[in-house]
Amino acid sequence: MTWPILSVITALPTLGALLIFLLARGGDEAGARNARWIALWATVINFAISLLLVARFDPSQAGFQFVEEGSWLASTIGYKMGVDGISLPFVILTTALMPFCIIASWKSVTNRVPAYMMAFLVLESLMIGTFSALDLVLFYLFFEGGLIPMFLIIGVWGGPRRVYASFKFFLYTLLGSVLMLLAIMALYWNAGTTDIPTLMTTAVPRSLQTWAWLAFFASFAVKMPMWPVHTWLPDAHVEAPTAGSVVLAAILLKMGGYGFLRFSLPMFPLASHDFAPLVFTLSAIAIIYTSLVALMQEDMKKLIAYSSVAHMGFVTMGIFAGTTQGVAGGVFQMVSHGIVSGALFLCVGVVYDRMHTREIAAYGGVVNRMPLYALVFMVFTMANVGLPGTSGFVGEFLTLIGTFKVSIPTAVAATFGVILSAAYALWLYRKIVFGALVKPSLATIKDLTFREMLTLGPLVILTILFGVYPKPVLDMSAASVQQLVNNYSHAITAVKAAALQ
Amino acid sequence: MIQAIVFLPLLGAILAGLIAIAGAHARNPSGDTVEHAHGHGHDDHAHASHAHDDHGHDDHHAPAEPPAAGTGAAELITTALLFVSAALSWITFVNVGFLKQDLLVHVLPWISSGDLQIAWSLRVDTLTAVMLVVVTTVSSLVHLYSVGYMDEDPHRPRFFAYLSLFTFAMLMLVTSDNLVQLFFGWEGVGLASYLLIGFWYQKPSANAAAIKAFVVNRVGDFGFSLGIFAVFMLIGSTDFETIFHAAPGLTGKTINFLGWHADALTLTCLLLFMGAMGKSAQFLLHTWLPDAMEGPTPVSALIHAATMVTAGVFMVARLSPLFELAPNAQAFVMLIGGTTAFFAATIGLVQNDIKRIVAYSTCSQLGYMFVAMGAGAYSVGMFHLFTHAFFKALLFLGSGSVIYAMHHEQDIRNMGGLKDKIPFTYVAMVIGTLALTGFPLTAGYFSKDAIIESAFVAQNPFAFYGFLMTVIAACLTSFYSWRLIFKTFHGRPHDQHHYEAAHEAPLWMLVPLGVLAAGSILAGFPFKELFAGHGIEEFFRESVKMHPHIIEEMHHIPATIAYLPTVMMVVGFVVAWLFYIQRPYLPVELASQHPLLYKFLLNKWYFDELYDVIFVRPAKWLGRFLWKKGDGFVIDGFGPDGVSARVLDVTRNVVRLQTGYLYHYAFVMLIGVAGLITWFMFGLGGQ
Repeated sequence: MTWPILSVITALPTLGALLIFLLARGGDEAGARNARWIALWATVINFAISLLLVARFDPSQAGFQFVEEGSWLASTIGYKMGVDGISLPFVILTTALMPFCIIASWKSVTNRVPAYMMAFLVLESLMIGTFSALDLVLFYLFFEGGLIPMFLIIGVWGGPRRVYASFKFFLYTLLGSVLMLLAIMALYWNAGTTDIPTLMTTAVPRSLQTWAWLAFFASFAVKMPMWPVHTWLPDAHVEAPTAGSVVLAAILLKMGGYGFLRFSLPMFPLASHDFAPLVFTLSAIAIIYTSLVALMQEDMKKLIAYSSVAHMGFVTMGIFAGTTQGVAGGVFQMVSHGIVSGALFLCVGVVYDRMHTREIAAYGGVVNRMPLYALVFMVFTMANVGLPGTSGFVGEFLTLIGTFKVSIPTAVAATFGVILSAAYALWLYRKIVFGALVKPSLATIKDLTFREMLTLGPLVILTILFGVYPKPVLDMSAASVQQLVNNYSHAITAVKAAALQ
Repeated sequence: MIQAIVFLPLLGAILAGLIAIAGAHARNPSGDTVEHAHGHGHDDHAHASHAHDDHGHDDHHAPAEPPAAGTGAAELITTALLFVSAALSWITFVNVGFLKQDLLVHVLPWISSGDLQIAWSLRVDTLTAVMLVVVTTVSSLVHLYSVGYMDEDPHRPRFFAYLSLFTFAMLMLVTSDNLVQLFFGWEGVGLASYLLIGFWYQKPSANAAAIKAFVVNRVGDFGFSLGIFAVFMLIGSTDFETIFHAAPGLTGKTINFLGWHADALTLTCLLLFMGAMGKSAQFLLHTWLPDAMEGPTPVSALIHAATMVTAGVFMVARLSPLFELAPNAQAFVMLIGGTTAFFAATIGLVQNDIKRIVAYSTCSQLGYMFVAMGAGAYSVGMFHLFTHAFFKALLFLGSGSVIYAMHHEQDIRNMGGLKDKIPFTYVAMVIGTLALTGFPLTAGYFSKDAIIESAFVAQNPFAFYGFLMTVIAACLTSFYSWRLIFKTFHGRPHDQHHYEAAHEAPLWMLVPLGVLAAGSILAGFPFKELFAGHGIEEFFRESVKMHPHIIEEMHHIPATIAYLPTVMMVVGFVVAWLFYIQRPYLPVELASQHPLLYKFLLNKWYFDELYDVIFVRPAKWLGRFLWKKGDGFVIDGFGPDGVSARVLDVTRNVVRLQTGYLYHYAFVMLIGVAGLITWFMFGLGGQ
């Protein structure tokens, strides 16, 4: 490798933002158009470059690849980037979805377009940085930095209650962040470095593990979000513009799960083991509780938001099961959910752009006018329900089968959630798509446009492809997942053996 | 060849689906004016579109929408591919059943993670081969029939795409080599069933029925999934061969669930059987099947009679090596099967919707099959599955022909005297009824009697119960089947207008009826030895594991027992004849004398109402409660909203403290200093 590919894909979107700042600052139509095109090109090129990562990535290796290192602050905090099989899928997910977000905002955002595009581009940089940072401080900066553009996207381009939603979002996530910062300092004092690969192999005293685990948990649980700190998500989704919802559901939520995989499990295995029952309980509650709540929603986005919480419950459950299938399933479920929930929010955006309401009762019978939309929405609904043959199934199945070995009650509760997910997802679909077209307001509604097909089409293909042939994703993460699971179980068996003697 | 059998229907589904979506899209333009490219495809098929639908009848109302472009092409493609698939299936049936050429083809790896390795593969042994011919034969006939039956519907390409998609999923189900692919097919047929029940998506009742079918099946699948997880936990694989090899070693093992040590094999089998109960509409999870009749009638024939609903029976037969090791699970299977056979038959007695009568009959017959499964006579259950596919598909398609003739009238109270108007349908229906009621030498006679015999000799705590229930149900079956025939075809017409307009269906629909009628008579005797006689060992070989000696014992039962089902059938017939031909006032009197019983049966034992009270409403109430009180009041109240409110309170109070008076500040400082000094002198600070 001759050039710092990770730094390039991290920096490139920000450069794009800078370009917009320099070239397309005007509030006029030309400025808006330029901003859109620059943003689109930046994200597309970035995606193309990130594909090189896939091509050059060696999936048989468990460790970090494409590692870049440079000294940065003082001599201890380094600029270090790298990806392994766990982080690479998220990097690709980010770069792949961003062009869709830009296209989805093409017509629907008309207000302060250059600033909007800049916010998205900066957000992309921060998200890629989060997934590829190999230094704790660097990670923290990226992780928390992502809050700011998202806060702005909701707060500036959001719906009527956007200020309430963005503050709620900020309050929740900030609370966790402060605690995580403390834990990062504690880790530094313990190991004398903030280098993540080193930290992953450094034993942490048990008492510190407990406190650090809880501190990290506070941050990641909010991001996931886990019950009971999930209430910011429905509000944030409802108020966010379509593309904001897509990024939020598809990528930002994954930072929590990624954090568990990168920090909690490898650095604090004993605490993870001790707290697994807590996570199981919260996950099981999340799945059933939020599915039940989803059943009663009247707002499309809220319903999908609640279903996201339920699906993230599968992820946390799988990760803390600590089995190969559970962890691999957690990674896969996050990738799949990124595609499916992102697509579902795009689907909501399609009808919202036409009718300017997200109220479920305002729709009904759109299949009569929008057959293509009905088909696409059906595919994603089924993926959301976890129908075998869609990517949604593979993740759910793996997390469940991985958890069953460890905690049968949790798996039973989570499997029960699968019944509820069918109920609310099909109910939503029926209320919006099926039925006779009787509402006069819908009489002239038009089917998908070319641009919408451009965003939804590839996601349909990916959803089915990964459902039938999930091997590319599973193989990419297999070695790293296996190593993680092995280290985790070694740490636990060692302690158990010591306790016996 | 097996690849062709399985994937040709998928190809048909995709092509018909493309035609459907292209046609629908052409009629409903997209929102932009820029794009013209994506409507392509429908022009190519435009010429073929009217090739087949010119056989309409004189008095049909002009369809509100013109048929989609390419309709004829979609029909032709899917139907032709299905016939090819069916022909190949029969060849495979001979190859596998008689020439013993079992197949196992690996197609693709699917899910691999650690020690969990799942592949897409196609496995054909005799058990599968039987299913292959059932599925593809009925499906191809139903495709053909639908060309006629659906000829007024503008959405035919979509209909045929769904039908073929269903067939593909069903074939994946029966050819699977592991539990997870079985589950794929399982949920795939569920999806197709959901789409087809809700095919007329403008009808709210159809939509509700579709969702109900999916969700109730999901309840069964909840158990099925847990069963798969349990198998993987115990054995470390989901492949059938591995499971069957390892299963004998699991006897005596337990699974600990919340401190309850359950026998591992029994629990696993019961969980898996829960899936079968959902799919095969067994007692407690049966409520979706009658509602599924909202779908077009050919769908009812294919999915809700001949194939999909028998998937549960197939699954138990496939897993017979497991069930044979779990006698308690078998007992439960027998219990549920017997109960369903009886219970569904009682409801069938009083229903008035022609399709619902046949639906409850299906439910009841599935119960019969499970009785055989519980007895350990798996091949016998498969025999009934095989024969039932013919006569039940015939009865449904015949009902469809009646409904078609009566212009979508389904209430048998409004029919009567139709035998002169639609004689071919009448004959077909009578043949189907003879077979269903087990008239000697018809197909149903052999398979149903074999089931009752197997229940009689089974070593199962519920064997006698199963025997009793199936014998009683035989009488009830005969009664409600003949009731249907008499009320529909005999007597005088109750709706003169519809009666006058009634006419025989087009050839598209009569040919499948003829073929199925022939099957209803011929599918019994030639196969008797293979499924329920001495040929089982040779024919099924390893594909099912029979309970030892059960076939032997079946051949040595007392003659009175052997004749009992036939006697019951005659009793049912005589009563029906008495009630509906000879003394038509009798049933009315009976109903008014026992209003409670009548209402109880008419309302299907009140299961829908019961489930609404104990499941649906609490779930909704809980959902609203958790949303408004849990999220809204507790979490937000004590969380972000509460915090921000407290912050505001504090700020306000702080503002109030800043009075601006110097002596206030001086006083506070003094107190502070005093406090600090105290702390230093007496507290930690001093040490």
